[in-house]
Amino acid sequence: MSAQPLHFVSPAQFRGRVSEALADDGLRDNFRSAMNFLRDKRASQFPDPVETEALRDLGEAVRKHALAHLPALLEKLEANLQARGVEVHWADTPDEACALIHRIATEAGAQRVIKGKSMVSEEVELNHYLEARGIDCLESDMGEYIVQLAGERPSHIVMPAIHKTKQDIARLFEQKIPGAGYTEDVDALIHTGRQVLRERFMQADIGISGVNFAIAETGTLWLVENEGNGRLSTTVPDIHIAMMGIEKVVDTLEHALPLASLLPRSATGQAATTYFNLITGPRRPGDQDGPRRMHLVLLDNGRSQAYADAQLRATLQCIRCGACMNHCPVYARVGGHAYGTTYPGPIGQILSPHLLGLEASRDLPTASSLCGACAEVCPVRIPIPSLLMRLRTEANRAPGARTAQPLAGQGASFSLGQKLVWRFWSGIYARTGPYRLLRWAATRLRRWAPRRQMGWTQHRTPLVPAARSLHDLMKARRMAVSDRDVKKM
Amino acid sequence: MSARDRILARLRAAEPGAPVAVPDVAGYYARRSRLTATELLSQLCARLRASRADVKVAAPDAWASVAAEALQQRGVRRLALGSCARAVTLAAALPDTIETVRFDGAIEGWKRALFETVDAGFTPASAGIAATGALLLNHGGALPRTLSLVPPVSLVCVDVHDLYDDLHHAASVQRWADDMPTNRVLVSSPSRTADIQQTLAYGAHGPRELIVVVIADGETA
Amino acid sequence: MHAARPPRPDQVYLFGTCLIDLFVPEAGLDAVRLLEREGLTVHYPQAQSCCGQPAWTSGNPDEARRVAAAQIALFDQPWPIVVPSGSCAGMMRHHWPALFDDEPALQARARDVAGRVHELAGFLVEVLAVDYSGAGGEPVTVGLHTSCSARREMGTRVHGVQLLSALPGVTLDTHASESECCGFGGVFSLKHADISGAIVRDKVASLSAVCERFVTADCGCMLNITHAAEHQGRPLRGEHIATFLRRRLEGEA
Repeated sequence: MSAQPLHFVSPAQFRGRVSEALADDGLRDNFRSAMNFLRDKRASQFPDPVETEALRDLGEAVRKHALAHLPALLEKLEANLQARGVEVHWADTPDEACALIHRIATEAGAQRVIKGKSMVSEEVELNHYLEARGIDCLESDMGEYIVQLAGERPSHIVMPAIHKTKQDIARLFEQKIPGAGYTEDVDALIHTGRQVLRERFMQADIGISGVNFAIAETGTLWLVENEGNGRLSTTVPDIHIAMMGIEKVVDTLEHALPLASLLPRSATGQAATTYFNLITGPRRPGDQDGPRRMHLVLLDNGRSQAYADAQLRATLQCIRCGACMNHCPVYARVGGHAYGTTYPGPIGQILSPHLLGLEASRDLPTASSLCGACAEVCPVRIPIPSLLMRLRTEANRAPGARTAQPLAGQGASFSLGQKLVWRFWSGIYARTGPYRLLRWAATRLRRWAPRRQMGWTQHRTPLVPAARSLHDLMKARRMAVSDRDVKKM
Repeated sequence: MSARDRILARLRAAEPGAPVAVPDVAGYYARRSRLTATELLSQLCARLRASRADVKVAAPDAWASVAAEALQQRGVRRLALGSCARAVTLAAALPDTIETVRFDGAIEGWKRALFETVDAGFTPASAGIAATGALLLNHGGALPRTLSLVPPVSLVCVDVHDLYDDLHHAASVQRWADDMPTNRVLVSSPSRTADIQQTLAYGAHGPRELIVVVIADGETA
Repeated sequence: MHAARPPRPDQVYLFGTCLIDLFVPEAGLDAVRLLEREGLTVHYPQAQSCCGQPAWTSGNPDEARRVAAAQIALFDQPWPIVVPSGSCAGMMRHHWPALFDDEPALQARARDVAGRVHELAGFLVEVLAVDYSGAGGEPVTVGLHTSCSARREMGTRVHGVQLLSALPGVTLDTHASESECCGFGGVFSLKHADISGAIVRDKVASLSAVCERFVTADCGCMLNITHAAEHQGRPLRGEHIATFLRRRLEGEA
């Protein structure tokens, strides 16, 4: 396929894209019904609250344990992978990761890459990098394939084409796939995709995949999928390159089991996905198939910044189920593309500042009502609202403020005006005299309450203070009571 | 300094967090009630059927003919299989209309034939997982991975004595971690996708149909 | 509830919250009446203002700390502190101690105060075990909206449902996406006005589909929903649960 122009957007354009998304009724309906569907499916998988909470406790404990021993586990994983004949590479930045993979491809003389679903490869914009260097790179997950064909990026980490209707996809296939007529029949559309992609699996020189859990003890990469494209990508081509963030490792196979139960149930409401694909090394002597060479690329890209801070470290507990976005009132309204990040929704709001810096992502931590729906469904109990508040605090820091572990872009949202407003606010609410004065002014001057009250009145009628404050009413009441007491005597 | 050393150095320099206990995974699973043999079988079958697998339960002397009949009903003409004892039994039960294909050597020599000419693949499972309705395929060696993946119809048999409550039960009894084959796969349905408007469709990339024969003595489900 | 009921106090503090103070004072007064109805003496420290939540959630912990510190000093008797707002109660109970991580002396006081904080509905149900079976009034159907933080931090939805369903003549109607946020989120409604507006529009629509009047234990959500409904010209009215309970107990519709 010819290189499609990817829509490179950035979280810096968040506000503009939100306005566009909110004006698009069709898009909102798509997301609304998709979110309701996924919420119901998830709920059906967790009927027993006691079992659910016990399993979430365990999932959290596994992830916390892995993170507590992260450097040692990464070394153990590396050693066990190498012992199985897997080449392990480390990349600090997206560019390093892309360059590493390009070098592997070049050395092997590879021309055609087939990709299983990998959000890390989206994060480093691998397709773009390889296509620009003449290597054909085709997504094979149906959702990813659709999104690539449309020249877009995924709008959801589990269901990349969730923003599209079957009519959208019917038109897209008709335009882009030679010989494909217009049909809204989903089976027929999937069959078309299957036909195109099967041929490409056969021809591909390299298969690239993500990793759901990496097991240090056995040097095993655990992939979770429904379509079989992940298995094909990791089995049929001569070379398999897996990519993962450094946080994905767990200590033992046993530790991965509760996560493998939580992930599909939380993500798509399935007890298990069609395939759990546990790969332990390339083709061995006596094996008839499987890749002859296998690589793993470990990517940092800002994760070690989150790791450095004991509170923000919880960000890395994530197992990428997407339940937080499925339950988020903001994501459900604006959709995944508005965020302008690889990872949209609540997890993206707490992860992207580490990947991209707070400068570029400053609008993300504030784009939440802190309702807590995300944390309530998170299978590994990431306290997302607390982390959002922490990032807000870091974004608000005054320039030059010294902190132990400064974040990239720290202080990006600082404004002297805002700081003064909050100083002024606290000066009133922390002191009796000024607050009394505020109450007096607000209640006595209520007729003059402004008709336009910042963002509030864009969608609501103005707030008008009551004629008497509760303080006044309580004072009057006490005086009436003591009057009565006096009269009684 | 290499990227590896830089990353590890940064991680090692991080703020220490609160102490973390080793998670008691075994304890969690031990608290769950165990299924009886009958329940194991009925739950496995129910879960698989709910995921659109065609599940048959057959006696040890009849399973191969039951499997052969299921293949025949689907018009399978070429069946790929390995060289294990189950494959030999199955091959003997096939009607003349079904040709068996045994691939020798590395996939490079038979990739195109597998993709283009084989209708079904047979792979015996090493375990069945009742909780999720999944079948364990230990690929590698005599059991190529592609046999359960590329042909449009996947036929799997599992012995009723190899059924377990959940993944943890199977992994601990069979001591998975001690010896990981190249590719351990758990299969719970035909290949599927819901990537187009949340509409479930089968046969996304892998098999469109999954036939499961549970080999059991005197039991039905 | 299986947990042993805490001892019944005879005196309590009321923390009225800044929103109730200035915008819905009758809800505060009705909370006092409900508590007095149970024979309690209610103390209202006049120096109280706000729990500090607006500054805390918007990433200004220094200012939140300053305001919270001023409140902590006001509750020196060992009485329960009743708050007629779930999110404020949640702030006080769950977040005040964390504000003073670097000030052990204040933190100890914050912990003591936090441990005595109760959301009004929860207090009526769990501590006072109120009996509202004698309430009257015309038959009425109401919706219930629960603030997200109140639901998650204080269990307020359960308490609200318990109180309302005990009232004779009151039918509780559950609306679609009842558990979903109303879009208020404090400063969020100002900073991301369009997203907040889109969320509250849906909330108004789903409440309006089942009722003309809804009850809530949180004034922030109430003001958000009712003023949005008014903006849209929808006849949806909201009422604080304290006011609704008081009115029913006095036999009003």
